[in-house]
Amino acid sequence: MNQLVVENVTKRYANHTALDNVSLSVPDQSIYGLLGPNGAGKTTLIRIINQIIDANEGTILINGEKLSPHHVGLIGYLPEERGLYKKLKVGEQLIYFARLRGLSKSDAMVRIKHWIEKFEIKDWWNKKIEDLSKGMAQKIQFISTVLHEPKLIILDEPFSGFDPVNANLIRDEILELRKKGSTIIFSTHRMETVEELCDHIALINKSRKILEGAKKEVKAKYRTNTYIVEHKGIFSLESEHYEHNGHRDLDDGYMETQVRIKSDRNANQLIQDLVGATEIHGFKEKIPSMNEIFIQLVNGGSDE
Amino acid sequence: MNKIFLIIQREFLNRVQKKSFLIATILLPLIFPTIIAIMVYVAKEQDKGAKSEVIHFVDESGLFNPDDIKRYELRRFNGNIEDAKTAFSSSDDFGLLHIPKINLSNPSGITLYTKVNPSPNDINDLESKIELQIREAKMIKFNIDQKILDSLKTNISIRSVSLSESGQEKSSDSKVLFGIGMIGGILIYIFIFVYGAQIMQGVIEEKTSKVVEVIVSSVRPFQLMLGKILGLASVGLLQFLIWIILITTVSSFVLGYLGFDMPQQEMMNQVAAQPEYNSDFMDVMQTVNEIPVFYIVSIFLFYFLGGYLLYGALFAAVGSAVDSPAEAQQFIFPITIPMLISYFALFTFILDNPHSTISIWLSIIPFTSPIAMMGRVGFGVPTIQLIASMVCLIGGFIFTTWVASRIYRIGILMHGSKVNYKVLFKWFMMKS
Repeated sequence: MNQLVVENVTKRYANHTALDNVSLSVPDQSIYGLLGPNGAGKTTLIRIINQIIDANEGTILINGEKLSPHHVGLIGYLPEERGLYKKLKVGEQLIYFARLRGLSKSDAMVRIKHWIEKFEIKDWWNKKIEDLSKGMAQKIQFISTVLHEPKLIILDEPFSGFDPVNANLIRDEILELRKKGSTIIFSTHRMETVEELCDHIALINKSRKILEGAKKEVKAKYRTNTYIVEHKGIFSLESEHYEHNGHRDLDDGYMETQVRIKSDRNANQLIQDLVGATEIHGFKEKIPSMNEIFIQLVNGGSDE
Repeated sequence: MNKIFLIIQREFLNRVQKKSFLIATILLPLIFPTIIAIMVYVAKEQDKGAKSEVIHFVDESGLFNPDDIKRYELRRFNGNIEDAKTAFSSSDDFGLLHIPKINLSNPSGITLYTKVNPSPNDINDLESKIELQIREAKMIKFNIDQKILDSLKTNISIRSVSLSESGQEKSSDSKVLFGIGMIGGILIYIFIFVYGAQIMQGVIEEKTSKVVEVIVSSVRPFQLMLGKILGLASVGLLQFLIWIILITTVSSFVLGYLGFDMPQQEMMNQVAAQPEYNSDFMDVMQTVNEIPVFYIVSIFLFYFLGGYLLYGALFAAVGSAVDSPAEAQQFIFPITIPMLISYFALFTFILDNPHSTISIWLSIIPFTSPIAMMGRVGFGVPTIQLIASMVCLIGGFIFTTWVASRIYRIGILMHGSKVNYKVLFKWFMMKS
């Protein structure tokens, strides 16, 4: 079952089209990476899902229902920059946002207590946001995003402004929320986050979706049948089946060569051929990183 | 609806919990009377304590026999004018008045020599003094008796009574009505500016801190805008209420301290028992007593709220369109023009001539009516005009709120773009 389905959504502004016939399916309890360069249309899509703006065409289904104002309680949204009142105290701020999302005051209090104990920030209650550091404010922002236990959590660059300790804390909370049944959408440029956390991804470029799927499948799709061989002694293989794709010297006479299989041979056959040609010290498949796929697709897209 | 109430509550608490609100609310009604009182006191003391300045005079006509006027001591100089000039220029005295031999029917050549320029008031005082003496000299010349002269002097003050359709007489002291109009108009003018600026600042703050994106994912932009405007309106009403209570309490305390603690009606009776005591004071008290306080206050509250809502929406729209208060200036200016027009109109002709055609129109057009109508209301406004004005004002703020909300919903999400009137119009026309 899909938590969120975006069907053929188009958003036009006077001078340009921000989203062009975009469709996405975000599976239940997935961590879904929404990727794309600046200005690709990610923010517009997030705003449409948050009902901040309306699409010109297309539909959005949440939990199988057509998106409508009463769904705001199902969604939690963390914007990239601190979306908090600077002059307002932490406690008042959390209660206010929780109530705007539809919680009662007493419910909000109970849940806020739970979170501030968990994050060990009880003594911040009466502090104003302007007196907190960026990372501290982000923590408050995170609490306010998930306080109403949304089914769908949308995080825009959630780790910017965090030191590694706090970034880990937030990452663990995200995984915990997923375990409890939430679906999480990340909008990010940070490929390490995507590699580490996401199980599904979509890539938006120039208002269009150019890639979507499970991370493993996407990576498999972009495998190039290239292997990295660490060896001693130069070798060359039959050019009918193999292609040398880069070579560099390592320390102590070791070398690294990338070999791409051109024909229908498999990795085992490559190893057999290598055994006769050189002294093998290491062998692994070269799996494209999300970063490489991203750059390849975005640059490729610009050539069209 | 529930969420609008939440926003109103939040905006209300945000302002009311601030120290600056408390200070402004409690001190302002005390500060202004205090400043005025101090200024009056200082001026009086100065008048009292000031050493009177000396004006010498050389009277060649032999007519002049003056008393001292106000802060000047008039001292006769015996001798010719040239000697007087020499003596004067070496002294520290204020002036030298030269009255040559004059023709009573066409006096000319009277000159005042001074070291610093005299004020118009001083010149006026001297002129009327001399005029009076010339008048008396003429009277004597025409053989008119001093007794007749004295009996010619009469002091009158016109008591104005407005006759209502039902034939009821209401005495009205136009100075009091003037004061009501002026204070009401100024209060509305200041309130709209101060609170309008606060709305605008609040919107800019929400926009730049991106709070607005979090909030409009829970409520409609229109709800947020309206909640903000109404929240601040409630702060304004509270402040106004506190001021009324404070001023009433303080003034009754002060009056009690000065011994005027008797009820107004009793004082009126006492005054009425002494028919010759038909002074200005009596008129003022009578007018004050007959002012329909509830009526005036209700009208004030209506125009205060209506004007505030009308302009508040425009201020919110401006705030949504810009990224900083500095950028807002260009859009604020046109908004303030009708306010300034009505403010100046109030002082130049509405209060002097509340029933002229232009006064009537200014009090009906919604952009100027809050201030203009306050100027007229004390003098009595025909019901039909009042209704027309109120309907126009309600229509006006519904219209500006609608226009503003269309700009606001787009503006709050736009960052870093250069905004001009063309862009605003485009936002306004954009379909949601």
